[in-house]
Amino acid sequence: MRKALEGSQAIAQTVALCRPQVVAAYPITPQTHIVENIARLVANGKMDCELVSVESEFSAASLVLGAACAGSRTYTASASQGILLMSEVLYNIAGLRVPIVMTCANRAISAPLSIWNDQQDSMAVRDAGWIQLYCTDNQEAVDTTIQAYRIAEKTELPVMVCVDGFTLTHTLEPIDIPEQEMVDQYLPAFKFSRALDPRNPTSIGTLVSPDFYSEARHSHHHALLNAVDEIISADADWEKISGRAAGGLLAVDGPDDARIGILTLGSVYGTLSEARDEYPELPATSLLKLRAYRPFPADALRIACQNFTDLIVLERALSPGYGGIVASEVHSALANGTAKPRIHSFAVGLGGRDIPMGIYKQLHERIKVAEPAPFAIIDVALERLPVEDFGIETPPIDTANG
Amino acid sequence: MIEVRIHGRGGQGNVVAAYLLATAAFNEGWHAQAFPAFGAERRGAPVVAFVRLNDKPIRRRCQVASPDFLIIQDEALLQVPGITEGLKPDGCILLNSIRSSESFADNIKNNIVTLPATQLATEHLGRPVPNTALLSAFIKLTGLLPQASLGRALEERFKGDVLNKNIALIEAAATGLTAGLWKETANA
Repeated sequence: MRKALEGSQAIAQTVALCRPQVVAAYPITPQTHIVENIARLVANGKMDCELVSVESEFSAASLVLGAACAGSRTYTASASQGILLMSEVLYNIAGLRVPIVMTCANRAISAPLSIWNDQQDSMAVRDAGWIQLYCTDNQEAVDTTIQAYRIAEKTELPVMVCVDGFTLTHTLEPIDIPEQEMVDQYLPAFKFSRALDPRNPTSIGTLVSPDFYSEARHSHHHALLNAVDEIISADADWEKISGRAAGGLLAVDGPDDARIGILTLGSVYGTLSEARDEYPELPATSLLKLRAYRPFPADALRIACQNFTDLIVLERALSPGYGGIVASEVHSALANGTAKPRIHSFAVGLGGRDIPMGIYKQLHERIKVAEPAPFAIIDVALERLPVEDFGIETPPIDTANG
Repeated sequence: MIEVRIHGRGGQGNVVAAYLLATAAFNEGWHAQAFPAFGAERRGAPVVAFVRLNDKPIRRRCQVASPDFLIIQDEALLQVPGITEGLKPDGCILLNSIRSSESFADNIKNNIVTLPATQLATEHLGRPVPNTALLSAFIKLTGLLPQASLGRALEERFKGDVLNKNIALIEAAATGLTAGLWKETANA
């Protein structure tokens, strides 16, 4: 039923529909409302699970790891510094191939300290071996959370559902919360193939010698690559039940004659999509929603970019000293294919900076260059920057921002 | 699309006001979106929340830059530079103040209506929380939604004594205001 709900409230209600047996989380802005709402559901008898108060994110991740190893369906959520604190455990969860679902309420990383939204936190654990799915709106957050359990349990890989902090978690909007029967039909009870059993004792997480380590890593890598099929079918099957798809691996929206593409992750997609309608005079443009970031859908990307002359990769994070994180992977994915758009790498909206509708026009201005410019954070206020940022030359005049 | 910016201080129910307005509109068939522009949440600090209402789905996530309406929960916030920034030329301001609307006419070019919302809230709730009184006045002045829609939105969030007292408060707050005074801006 469609209701006007805050994103966090909707996510909490959705988690309840998925019937996790164990939930553990440590509060951190902007994830807090999710866990508060789960605690309320448990306290009011509307959710039957073991909700464990823990003393840190490290403990939260460790606890759900243990519970999942014992065969429980579990849930946790965090953000920013919390993700970093649990990162050691995140690698363990993935390496042990334990199905766990967590929400990352995306937030910037300190320092400088910021409680606001960007995606540096989930990017920081990109290589932990989790599936990462990004949501453009709260409906997708709901639908993707449900799908995440199926994907995790079928692939025996953990899934991180990335939801922009504040921008989605604290926004109230119409959201359809599915019926319990729909979720039950889609998501059978969890039976972990390797659940710990005292009648048949085994050890997990033991020392692996050089004789076997490479094979374990190989299998983990290929499990992620193979998860592509399950991510697609989980979305297609949920669409059959709910009437809604969340975009599979990579969703492309735009006219056939579009020669420009803009690739994004997360909620900025909505702003760009409405801005495209507001600026019909600008060249035809396709919007690419990168939903699955891990596994990286290189094949789908090559197909999507076939007709582009220009591809803008717009990110909410960066690799200092290099530049665009996703852009570098896009470069590498397209290097050996026939699709050869010029790739423009930009970051925007770091640490919660508002991303106005005008960004769409700015992007179109930015790509009117003979050669793609180096990576740039395009919404910086140039007048606030020290001269060192510009080397020995005087600061460039920024026509796009002017 | 109608865009509203709500200014207040932490503890005045700024975000709840935005959520209530969006919920009331959603229940009446509107597409609605409400969200805060938080600082680190703390009582007394200036806070801002936004509401968008439209007859089609709202996809943009940016802050409201050129609102049609301002709701200002604390008169002293008028001293904050830029508080009316971006307000459309025919935009209207609803201000929580015990002073008359006319007394602000010299300093503010926009259409402004005042409501002694803190006083009304203290009277009815025993607490100086002005948000629901202002929302009731906003709905009356704009004529965007049926007056009863606010009560229904309150029922989704509150119950018992708090709900009953708020219902009495929103009735009192709307009394005496000209229904549809801001209709033109609301329908623009």
